[in-house]
Amino acid sequence: MRNIWAIFKKEVKTYFTSPIAYVVITVFMVLVGFFFYSLIWWFNSQSLQMARNPYYLQQLNINQMVYAPLFHNISIVLLLMLPLLTMRLFSEEIKIKTDELLYTSPLSVGEIILGKYFASLFVLLVMLFLSGILSIFTFVHGNPEIAPILIGYLGLFLMGAAFIAVGIFFSSLTENQIVSAILTFGALLLFWILNWASYSAGGAWKDILNYLSFFQHFDDMTKGILDTSDLIYYLSFAFFGLFLTHSVIQSRRWR
Amino acid sequence: MIKVEHLTKKYGDLIAIQDLSFEVEKGKIWGLLGPNAAGKTTTMRILTGYLPATEGKASVAGYDVFEAPKEVKKVTGYLPENLPIYPEMTVESYLKFVSEIKQIPQPKRKQSLEKAIEISGLQPVRKRLIRNISRGFKQRVGIAQALIHSPQVLILDEPTIGLDPAQIIEIRKLIKSLKGERTIILSTHILAEVTQTCDGVVIINEGKLMASGSIEELTASFRDKEGVFLKVKKGGLETFYLLKGIKGVENVTQEADGFKIEWSKGNDIRDELIKMIAQKDLGLLEMRPLAMNIEDLYLKAISGGMER
Repeated sequence: MRNIWAIFKKEVKTYFTSPIAYVVITVFMVLVGFFFYSLIWWFNSQSLQMARNPYYLQQLNINQMVYAPLFHNISIVLLLMLPLLTMRLFSEEIKIKTDELLYTSPLSVGEIILGKYFASLFVLLVMLFLSGILSIFTFVHGNPEIAPILIGYLGLFLMGAAFIAVGIFFSSLTENQIVSAILTFGALLLFWILNWASYSAGGAWKDILNYLSFFQHFDDMTKGILDTSDLIYYLSFAFFGLFLTHSVIQSRRWR
Repeated sequence: MIKVEHLTKKYGDLIAIQDLSFEVEKGKIWGLLGPNAAGKTTTMRILTGYLPATEGKASVAGYDVFEAPKEVKKVTGYLPENLPIYPEMTVESYLKFVSEIKQIPQPKRKQSLEKAIEISGLQPVRKRLIRNISRGFKQRVGIAQALIHSPQVLILDEPTIGLDPAQIIEIRKLIKSLKGERTIILSTHILAEVTQTCDGVVIINEGKLMASGSIEELTASFRDKEGVFLKVKKGGLETFYLLKGIKGVENVTQEADGFKIEWSKGNDIRDELIKMIAQKDLGLLEMRPLAMNIEDLYLKAISGGMER
């Protein structure tokens, strides 16, 4: 645990002493802020229109009309941003040969991977926390339900955790950070849109493709539905990514 | 302290080292010599647990490198050829990070850090970013990270590469000052470094052991002739013939400032030589044994002339 903590601290420090974390967080906040503002503005205009009709007014729901689409938008922004956060984790070590220091120190490969993984998760938490501050506005001026919002954020965190694991895996494959980021982005996008293929597939394939898609599991959570199968999906996805990273690093040394 | 037995490492079809065996005693400094791609770095990487060997055994401080890698890593300090430094960190924060991953207990960390900074002479740059310090200081940071946990064994891959002459002398002094407490293996291309700092050498070529032992031992076992360099006041042709006439002398070569006199091993003629110089009143200025220098030893070894 002490070793994981040492790696975690070093990685977090690297994120915040270089421009990476600041650039990623700033761009993320600008985009999320823009989406939030647009959705609120749209919700507001809808409210004004529907105010004339009490029946429609009852149908107005800020959770469904603002938060559900907001979570979808944030997830896309994460899909674009997180590969930039993970691309250097191992690629940089391989390139500047600092991996020799790590692997000749009394640390296990697992501890190194987890230290780096938790550091990226920490930056993700900071991003989600900052975006959550925007909600103060809706709570002051409206009456949204808090549980679906928290479930939506949990969904974003779990999905981000899976994204980061995929990013770490591709980072362990190459010393080129750009290649690592592009591969991560491509893989994540593929898993995102996998359910599109399910439209044309039939039988068991339809279910398999649907199950594997990020989108399908996330959709429920944006609506405030918490299903253990979704939790298991994201956690096993993250675990699998980290496991593959471990295998890649070990096999490189045994080659 | 360091024992390598029949070590072989293959990268696919490429054999990096083959059936390598040698031993280094506690408290000694040994040089690992060989041309580029001879397998020096691979040997060091195996000893430090960075790479697994394909066959054979290696142990450091009594721990098997393959069975107890964590123990070996705890007692070994390693300076790789490419310095494992993070340019965006300050010298101090980097060494602090190293002290943590080398598992120095918390109460001792500060003291170890200060000691490493002091020994390596990093005081003037301790607060600076590593990217902004000179090559010489970067090399010292590399040495400091290898030393910080007071390891019993130090493995230094080309410790003086890329340094200016003054820095080379300082680093050599530093390495020599560590002798006794620690067992050190260093690889180098600078042969003078070996004679100045090492007690023994392991010479490898194309992954195979060509020679190993103390420098004196190797020189003695290699030479089939002994000899002296002689400088006298009367250094003409007459003297040349006089020297050649001494019984047992096999070869005399006249050089610009004296003579090289050689005889077969074990057939020392120095007594006769001195008597003759006195008798003929040649005026002795200098007489010193002809030593086989490290360059000769190295070239002979890598060409296979000392294979054993």
